[in-house]
Amino acid sequence: MITSPAKLKKNKILGMNSRNIEYIARYNARHLYPLVDDKLKTKRSAKNAGIAVPELLGVIESQWQLKNLHGMIGNWDKFVIKPTRGSGGKGILVITGRDSELYVKPNGSKLDLAAIRRHINNILSGLYSLGGKPDCVMLEALIEYDAVFNDYTYEGVPDLRIIVFKGFPVMAMLRCSTHASDGRANLHQGAIGVGLDLITGHSLFAVQHDRPIEKHPDTDKSFSELEIPGWDNILELASSCYEMTGLGYIGCDIVLDKQQGPVILELNARPGLAIQLASGHGLLERLHYVEGLDAETLELPPREKVRLVQSHY
Amino acid sequence: MSPRAQVYLLGFMLLLLGFGLVAYKSKALGLPITPSAYQTVWTIEAKVEFQAKGSEVKVSLALPKAQTNMDVLDETFSSSGYGFTVENINGHNRAIWSKRHAEGKQTLYYKLDVHQHQNHRAPLPVELSTEVKRPDWGGSRYESLRVVTASIIEQSRATSADRETFVAQLLKALNDPQNKDARLIRNILKDRSQMQTALELLAWADIPAHMLRGIYLKEDRSRMAAVELVEIYDGEHWLVFEPKTGSKGLPKNFLVWQRGDKSLIDVEGGTRSRVRFSTLENNVPKRHIALKQMGGEQAALMDYSIYSLPIEQQSVFKFILLMPVGALIVIFTRVVLGVRTAGTFMPILLAIAFVQTSLLSGVLIFLLILAVGLWVRSYLSRLDLLLVSRIAAVVVIVVGMMAMISIVSYKLGIEQALTVTFFPMIVIAWTIEHMSILWEDDGPVEVLIQTTGSLLVAIFCYIAMTNRYIEHWMFNFPELLLVLLGTIIILGHYTGYRVSELIRFRHMGQQ
Repeated sequence: MITSPAKLKKNKILGMNSRNIEYIARYNARHLYPLVDDKLKTKRSAKNAGIAVPELLGVIESQWQLKNLHGMIGNWDKFVIKPTRGSGGKGILVITGRDSELYVKPNGSKLDLAAIRRHINNILSGLYSLGGKPDCVMLEALIEYDAVFNDYTYEGVPDLRIIVFKGFPVMAMLRCSTHASDGRANLHQGAIGVGLDLITGHSLFAVQHDRPIEKHPDTDKSFSELEIPGWDNILELASSCYEMTGLGYIGCDIVLDKQQGPVILELNARPGLAIQLASGHGLLERLHYVEGLDAETLELPPREKVRLVQSHY
Repeated sequence: MSPRAQVYLLGFMLLLLGFGLVAYKSKALGLPITPSAYQTVWTIEAKVEFQAKGSEVKVSLALPKAQTNMDVLDETFSSSGYGFTVENINGHNRAIWSKRHAEGKQTLYYKLDVHQHQNHRAPLPVELSTEVKRPDWGGSRYESLRVVTASIIEQSRATSADRETFVAQLLKALNDPQNKDARLIRNILKDRSQMQTALELLAWADIPAHMLRGIYLKEDRSRMAAVELVEIYDGEHWLVFEPKTGSKGLPKNFLVWQRGDKSLIDVEGGTRSRVRFSTLENNVPKRHIALKQMGGEQAALMDYSIYSLPIEQQSVFKFILLMPVGALIVIFTRVVLGVRTAGTFMPILLAIAFVQTSLLSGVLIFLLILAVGLWVRSYLSRLDLLLVSRIAAVVVIVVGMMAMISIVSYKLGIEQALTVTFFPMIVIAWTIEHMSILWEDDGPVEVLIQTTGSLLVAIFCYIAMTNRYIEHWMFNFPELLLVLLGTIIILGHYTGYRVSELIRFRHMGQQ
């Protein structure tokens, strides 16, 4: 039921307090936060840095723009509505299709325009943003995820979460949505976390609600066969986010698009600790390794950093 | 210096400073560390009454001096329309009331609070004049008196060993109805009071003596006259005698009001003056006494303490000072235990409400308001309202519910629920909003977890805030705020695991 602090220490588990004080506060400069907290800014600077991101379809900044909502989204089939400053996947509305005037969600339920307007209204008034500050709405093209994930997800886009420390990918997992998570890929909402081997991109094992799990509860597909294609490119993409943001300790959320390949969905300056459960490893060992590297090594380009990490683990 | 070292240095310095100040206050100023037992404080009221003649009036009342066995904690004078000063005349303090014009019955009050020491009573100070002024008993008119006095003095001297026993014998003889000499003396000095007679006799015997006035501290007496005792000087000490019985020593529970001075009260411009005393016994916590004994100039620390505020503000501060305790508990439960709550400091406000309502009814009312609020909020969410107006609407509904709970419970005769108004409405409205979003996003389980967490932390805070010791410490030693600050700073740098993480990561390392 309960374990001892000594055991956690032995397994190199990173705790919340340690994460906050020794990693986030130390390596993430406060003034750089807006870059990742505001997804619009992330998108713009990613584009400038040549990093692939989902296509931006439109931005709604204030209430009056809602009058023309129909003119804006009336012709779209698939899109995603996101609060630009949301956290933890809150407030994200995915539309995967149309039924004449109705908008279809991944789970098949349908929304009318008024419901979408209401949702946008909530986002604008700051319902999903940190601290309840008024927010903007981002309309994004829907990612069509790579076919390799077909059997590992339910009503949602599976995304990769990679912890990048000073440009070194230190841990990775795949987050698969389930029926329980309502199509969202957040672990605390019931999504499955699949730990990934940093060298091969092969699955290690999987957890749901912090408990080990063998196969996807909705598709019955075992996770043991899962292997991510183009793994090295993905790690490089994640690594390059460090240079783009300057934040030392981040979580990169990456999705594999059919056409675009790996794209950065969003960055998180306060990535959660559940990744340790999914990969069955504590973060501390790898974090300490990176902290022990010399200044020259820290200046290596992303490709070399990925190599170094892979050769070490 | 690394931030970590700074944190610990600052934290421990604050702890040291805080505890140091507390130690100083308790050691040097005698403020008790524990909310100690109660002690008796006597309130004595001297009521001066007289008939004013319709001209200017000046009243002078002897005031008690600092005593060896009692501490004067507080004194108040009340007299509407009178000018008031305290004058020191020949080493005796006297209260002077004055008025340009007064007519009819006048009443003046002087009130003091005294506390009796437990420790041994020291002898009365030898500061009074030991000069003997022999009475003017010359001439043939007093011839027989001189003879009789000589006789009674001789008798007493024969049956005594020293001045002390002599006085006792003399007083006893003087009051003995069988003693012929004493009867004669009383007859000759008919216009003198018994006390004056005794004093004149002592003076004739060359013994320095004077009158001592005081009152017995007895439970709730009123309209007592001052008790008169005789004080004589034996060459080293002043000794007190009961003039009627000749028994020696100051009685127990006796407040010395006046030593040696002529009159208890002088009234110019008035007649039929008299002073009556009332005593009242109060049981007061020890710390009040300690505080009042300290006085102003002795302790600058106390001068700027919360006790210098008016009573009303003091009670407000009592509460405010408890908030940091709640904050510490919130931080502890979050950082060390890892309890998830709705809104970081919401539990403190909840705990404050519980203090007002009592715990059980507070929790029930909170759950009721939360449940109904969530239900109403789920309807409001369908109305496309802006966030601000939706929360405002929830506030209105919460207030309405509180009114309803109050009225219904009053009708049912449950007084507890009337205190429902102490609930922080805005915070509850935000909590409802927060919870309803949580419900939509993370499901009812998370709502349950956070509600339970918030309630748990609020109950911890409630227990701490209603603890007699904690209340006493925070109120009497506000320096403990430094200790709290230091602890909070140190806790803010705690990088160890949370208890919740010990549960969360329990499967780690088993594979």
